[in-house]
Amino acid sequence: MKSRTIKVDYLARVEGEGGLFVKIKNRTVVDVIFNIFEPPRFFEAFLRGRNFTEAPDITARICGICPVAYQMSSVHAMEYALGVKVDGQLRALRRLLYCGEWIESHILHIYLLHAPDFLGYEDAIRMAKDYPDAVKNALRLKKIGNELMILLGGREIHPINVKVGGFYKVPAKKELENHLDDLKWARDAAIDTVKLVSTFNFPDFEQDYEFVALRHPDEYPLCEGRLVSNKGVDIPIPDYEKHFEERHVEHSTSLHSVIRARGAYHVGPLARYNLNFDRLPQSAQQAARDVKLATPCNNPFKSIIVRAVETVFACEEAIRIINEYEMPEHPAIEIQPRAGVGYGCSEAPRGTLYHRYRIDDKGKITDAKIVPPTSQNQKIIESDLWEFVQKNMALSNEKLTWLCEQAVRNYDPCISCSCHFLKLHIERE
Amino acid sequence: MLLIGVGNEFRSDDAAGLITARMLFHRIGDKTQIIEMSGEGAALIEAWKNMSAVILIDAVSSGAPAGTIHRLDASTQNIPSDFFHYSSHAFGVAKAVELSRELKNLPPRFIIYGIEGKSFHAGTVLSSEVNKALPVIIDLIVKEIELFSSDN
Repeated sequence: MKSRTIKVDYLARVEGEGGLFVKIKNRTVVDVIFNIFEPPRFFEAFLRGRNFTEAPDITARICGICPVAYQMSSVHAMEYALGVKVDGQLRALRRLLYCGEWIESHILHIYLLHAPDFLGYEDAIRMAKDYPDAVKNALRLKKIGNELMILLGGREIHPINVKVGGFYKVPAKKELENHLDDLKWARDAAIDTVKLVSTFNFPDFEQDYEFVALRHPDEYPLCEGRLVSNKGVDIPIPDYEKHFEERHVEHSTSLHSVIRARGAYHVGPLARYNLNFDRLPQSAQQAARDVKLATPCNNPFKSIIVRAVETVFACEEAIRIINEYEMPEHPAIEIQPRAGVGYGCSEAPRGTLYHRYRIDDKGKITDAKIVPPTSQNQKIIESDLWEFVQKNMALSNEKLTWLCEQAVRNYDPCISCSCHFLKLHIERE
Repeated sequence: MLLIGVGNEFRSDDAAGLITARMLFHRIGDKTQIIEMSGEGAALIEAWKNMSAVILIDAVSSGAPAGTIHRLDASTQNIPSDFFHYSSHAFGVAKAVELSRELKNLPPRFIIYGIEGKSFHAGTVLSSEVNKALPVIIDLIVKEIELFSSDN
């Protein structure tokens, strides 16, 4: 009798496990493998055969921490395919929803995931013993971000109010104004956060990165703009796949993204900040200057400061949008399906998120491609680790492990990797 | 007294806490404040920080047989971080309880009821084991609330 085995190495769920393997031979790093679980491949298959209207709700399920990013990239891609432009207050409300996500995601990462690395605590719970006020402020900040997501998205995790063409329901001005006082407090608390995290000790480590992010003519980028880099990329979003490709690597279930012409690149807060500093509001620029944060900043450990600066931006932008808000007459624009291909990019808290869909004349999705920021940063994370371990070879395994985990968390790569699932194995010969 | 049902209604048995809360609402909703939450830690702490007593119900993945009912007194014992089914937001129930304890805003009376889940795959149907456990856990919680009321 033939035996048959069905083995599932990784379940198709949002949370992933990360592993890290570093091999050192004769005081030289000879191998670095960073492997994380990337679920979106399965979502691309789920999407086939579904209606175009379902993409924002299905893709929101990919991530519990940045569902808005998936919704925004998907609706922009669909609207591109359908020849529709969402503008005015509906566009502003989308930015506002995204601000909520940036606030809650950045604050989670800064205080609860990354700060313990710098302050020498195993986790935020132990850190809270010595920094109770900072943690309480973090929880309040996170709640303020969550509340924007609840108001505009229906709930704080996997929002349900975003649709292709706009929203299912839009708030009255008064409902938004109720959040103004909290957001003003949050802006000030974010400025204090910039000050606090800038006092941390940062390893002396820089690389000559190619930073990639959206750039918009007038705004700090969230949902729109051209894709640019500090080494010559300047393309419209539909040209993404001409310049970037995903490559399979033997050791990983996740594809590695590269720039076809040059290889690894860096997406996320540091990339956005370096490419769009001039688009930040005055208060955020000043917060960065006050702590002497360089522009460009090439030290990935300082991404924690940049996240705080971006939180100042998100609060400031939310306040601006609410002040200028007028309730639109309709929550969404009417859309008729047609055959086409659509492209969308938005800036998830942890970096650029690309979606591409093909739909038929009935509006059915026939093909989908999703490139999450974690996939794009995977190669640069390995590159950082390679250089970092080589430079810090003299450290004990314990210390080096701590710093390597911290180096991975610089990229806020995915929620389980950012927490306690990362296992480091250093082999010395 | 606040009763919190936690879970994801689209992840099969992960909905157990939410379903229990809804069933309790029909039975004692006029006497007890009952809310449903996703399990996001900051929101949880915010919900309970000024309460004197909380009962929280969530699906559990501890390795026990499906349908097993667990009762933990969080006011006297630490909650292991791997007790609950994985959280998709890194900062779920167990960490929220422990962080709240450190921040000294954990309600003085805090009982957690866990229902051991069988399947956490995408879906909207509870396993038969969890379904069978629901009337039992509801009776236990009603008694718990009565006991608390008589203590006060």
